[in-house]
Amino acid sequence: MKETTGQEDLLRGIWRENPVLIQMLGLCPALAVTNNVENSLAMALATLFVLVGSSLLVSLCKRFIPGEIRISVYILIIATFVTVADLTLQAVVPEIHKALGAFIALIVVNCMILGRQEAFASKRPPGRALLDALGTGAGFAIALVMLGAVREILGSGSFLGVSLFGPSYEPWIVMILPPGGFLTLGALLLCLAWWQERQEVKVSG
Amino acid sequence: MSEGNVQAGTLPPSPEHTSSFKMISSLGAAGAAAGLLIVLVFGVTKEPIERYKAEVLRLAVSEVLNDPARYETLYVTSDGAIEASVPAGTESEAKKIYVGFDADGHATGVAVKDGAAGFQDIITLIYGFDPTSGKLLAMKVLENKETPGLGDAIEKDLAFVSQFEQATPPLAAVKRSTGAPGEIDAITGATISSRAVVRIINESLARLRAPIEAYFSQASAREEALP
Repeated sequence: MKETTGQEDLLRGIWRENPVLIQMLGLCPALAVTNNVENSLAMALATLFVLVGSSLLVSLCKRFIPGEIRISVYILIIATFVTVADLTLQAVVPEIHKALGAFIALIVVNCMILGRQEAFASKRPPGRALLDALGTGAGFAIALVMLGAVREILGSGSFLGVSLFGPSYEPWIVMILPPGGFLTLGALLLCLAWWQERQEVKVSG
Repeated sequence: MSEGNVQAGTLPPSPEHTSSFKMISSLGAAGAAAGLLIVLVFGVTKEPIERYKAEVLRLAVSEVLNDPARYETLYVTSDGAIEASVPAGTESEAKKIYVGFDADGHATGVAVKDGAAGFQDIITLIYGFDPTSGKLLAMKVLENKETPGLGDAIEKDLAFVSQFEQATPPLAAVKRSTGAPGEIDAITGATISSRAVVRIINESLARLRAPIEAYFSQASAREEALP
């Protein structure tokens, strides 16, 4: 395995290997709950908490986990952190918990989280696992907030609940419905691909 | 691809076969630790979660009964009697109602929470009903998973919600109101959700109206009997 520096571990997930925009992982929550910025932020924070907690614990316990049952143990650890996040959100910010509904519990099956355990945390010291989890979680948050911002501005005419265009704005309702998630993600990926191609042309030209 | 991507089976094989006992005990220990942590968090968060739910219900009851001085929780049993309490274990068979009283102790109305299938999932709502005048006091949707931007207007569209104030049940959801009592203008683009709200109230009142009216006439008879 290639050696990496701590800085690389932290920064990799944020942009160059962004879980949603580059690796296409965790698309279910990225499409489902990003109909406004507040929900996107809450989902991103809950996922970050689960990812950091799981990565740290998997890295600390990796010597005691037999290889044959490692996936079951990872899922058990992830599910525990998800339940803790679920109950905490319900107790502290019940309104947001209500808006996110079943999607908090579904963080368990976010392949981005299991992927980081199998590919990184189970092979690296806890400090590196923490940096990697923070970077990946931040990358996930950036992608979700980008999607949420576009969809809320177009679909509700507001940002974080603050009206932007006044009462005469006719909201583009399809953007806060499920098709809006696909449209926004598609448009975002198109822009990224176009930008990346230009960068490559610049380098080679 | 770089090491950032998942590659199945990249973990080096264990030097020797792990015994079943070790696998079972590791998974068992992890499960026990996870269970313990969840129970601890559940214990800490239980009280605020229940407090929030009770507060939401209290606010909703006050809202649909037009801010009563106080309200009482009563139970309508399956045979139509209204009791202040039911024997333990039979709560699920009885229907909870909330009777509001004004400052002089007169019963002013009753709030009922009920739900049924809407367009996507169960719609739960609470409504206030004044059996003396036979009119609704208000309606508030508590939970809905209707289409955002369309069906969820049954909760957010104030023009729709305010129609339930002083409406005379049984209600009818119509597309163009003729001004008849009990007519509710359905929301454009949310006809099914609007009809579901009307149906929930109609069906709930069909079941509960007789016991509620009997309770209220008894209550006013008791008041008159007092010196």
